[in-house]
Amino acid sequence: MKIVVLVKQVPEADKVAVDPETGTLIREGVASILNPYCEYALDEAVRLKESYSDKNIEVVAISMGPPQTKSALLRCLELGADKAYLLSDRKFAGSDVWATSTALKEGVSKLEPGFDLIITGKQAIDGDTAQVPAETAEQLGIPQITYGTKIKIENKRIEVKRETDEGYQILSTRLPALVTMSKGSNIRRIPSMKQVLDSRKKPLDVVSADDLGLDENKVGLKASPTQVSRVFAPPTKIGGDVIDGSDPKIAAQKLLEYLVKNKYLKDV
Amino acid sequence: MLEVDIEACTGCKVCEKVCPFAAIIVDPETKKAIVLDNCTLCGTCVNACRFDALSIERKAVSEEELLMYKDVFVWGEWERKEGKVTTKNVVFELLGKGRELADKLGESLAVVLAGDNIDHLTEELFHYGADKVYLCEHELLDQYSTDGYATVISSVIAAEKPSIVLFGATPNGRDLAPRIAGRLALGLTADCTGLDIDESRQLIQTRPAFGGNIMASIYSPYTRPQMSSVRPNVFPKLKPDKTKQGIVEEVDVKLSPINIRTKIIKEIISKDEGIKIEEANILVSAGRGIGLKENLGIIYEMAEELDATVSGSRALIDLGWLPHPQQVGQSGKTVAPNLYFALGISGAIQHLVGMTSSDTIIAINKDPDAPIFKIADFGIVGDIFEVIPEFIKLLQTRKQK
Repeated sequence: MKIVVLVKQVPEADKVAVDPETGTLIREGVASILNPYCEYALDEAVRLKESYSDKNIEVVAISMGPPQTKSALLRCLELGADKAYLLSDRKFAGSDVWATSTALKEGVSKLEPGFDLIITGKQAIDGDTAQVPAETAEQLGIPQITYGTKIKIENKRIEVKRETDEGYQILSTRLPALVTMSKGSNIRRIPSMKQVLDSRKKPLDVVSADDLGLDENKVGLKASPTQVSRVFAPPTKIGGDVIDGSDPKIAAQKLLEYLVKNKYLKDV
Repeated sequence: MLEVDIEACTGCKVCEKVCPFAAIIVDPETKKAIVLDNCTLCGTCVNACRFDALSIERKAVSEEELLMYKDVFVWGEWERKEGKVTTKNVVFELLGKGRELADKLGESLAVVLAGDNIDHLTEELFHYGADKVYLCEHELLDQYSTDGYATVISSVIAAEKPSIVLFGATPNGRDLAPRIAGRLALGLTADCTGLDIDESRQLIQTRPAFGGNIMASIYSPYTRPQMSSVRPNVFPKLKPDKTKQGIVEEVDVKLSPINIRTKIIKEIISKDEGIKIEEANILVSAGRGIGLKENLGIIYEMAEELDATVSGSRALIDLGWLPHPQQVGQSGKTVAPNLYFALGISGAIQHLVGMTSSDTIIAINKDPDAPIFKIADFGIVGDIFEVIPEFIKLLQTRKQK
């Protein structure tokens, strides 16, 4: 059985800061990491591989991105993926949701045509749109289950626990299928020294648009139905008073007065 | 054009069974699929074909063709609470914005409403601004499924040709919209915070990019309809006009069980189901600064005194200290309460984008440089474990009076 995990490299979000003078993003020194939800997806794939040892599961990680995305795929190999592919080409630059899912669809169907299951993160923490996995599933013509927290494999089907606005659902679908993972019980692991050393022996291939038989009209900026017409600074809100709270009694009293003054609490 | 790859076609008739328009049949003699003139290119058969025998070459729309696309559509998502079906709030918010867009274009505003026994929802949709409802009722639509809803809504879009389709960025909206965009080869802009029509009648979709530090205006010049999703609590709803009426157009839904590949085995409503942070007037929100799960006690106590709802930042949800429906921020929910307390929340940009629309923001944090103070209306640089108990005492004294 073959599980493909689609992953994305993102800037380490908590560290991104804004230059207070220019209002622009300070990107220097901001590390690129494997998107946390993609790590949960990979963790789920590795967990399935371990718990269904009779199925001889092979875990393949695939990403699209610039050459430095290799480090995110290397982390996938350290965390237990058996091999990895990086779809990297200048022709992919400027891809929107449609063009990205087209490239991923071609990547999966040409590199791993016999896949049984695709697992992805529910969303990437940089864009947070959560749209690429479902559009990739549609392009591949396979069913999808989004916001999964746990996957069970049963013969040619899977059973997935899915988060909803109100609670959970248990859904079942046939394979091949795509599942996007929320956190669930998966964690971001620290690979052992042995895993790190082993990962260096695993294959990590870089694949170009030509290798996939994709020309500029199918991928990248030209093939993207959406275009960015302009970017601008968000409207800034000016903060109000900030008081010293070293005397908690006075601070609490002032907070109460503020809430009364602004009619959040009734005057008594 | 819908193309049939004669070599690949096995004559299995799946396309014939799934087509909502009876526009593809398998020739009894050649045992190959034939496309009829009434094909709308909705893509249902392409997705259903297991032999990759069907494909649609979708080209950019020419300027004359652009003019054929008219009207603003909104997906009418509903929810079922204790057996009662009601329209989701985000639909009314989208109708408010959709009304404005339709009026600017001089076009009408319609809701695509899919489900079973849901015709009682139409009246309220008219009150909130809709001119028309496409009512798609079928027993297989009684519960949301990706395949069932994508098939029915794609076929309505393919047949009616709206210029704009809006979706709520709810879990199911995010599940459905990309599926339809993928099927019809359309642009899709997620989580828009602004929608407007420019002088050339294009939909200008504004959304935060790069974690909310920059805003981007996005448009889809060559594809129709233009599709956007909008998070709940971003746009205000109109005041309902109880006299407003509209047209209900009943759609003849053709759906068979083979269309729907995913089955619901069990539905579990969580015990925290009553907690809807997106609908709360006052939110008391805790972050990493709370330190230990046991310390949440004072947060709950303060919330009780204020008759408020408890929410949290991503850190607490990832630790499992609060359930995911109570998460505020970019990977959780967008909230806009009257009053928002950020307690021990430093204010990472991913959190800020989820709550900046709150009317009043109160922040308590030890770190005077915490970014949350830049947007707070009232801030206290102090220890939450010292200030909150004092504040609770004051609230309790007031109650006694």
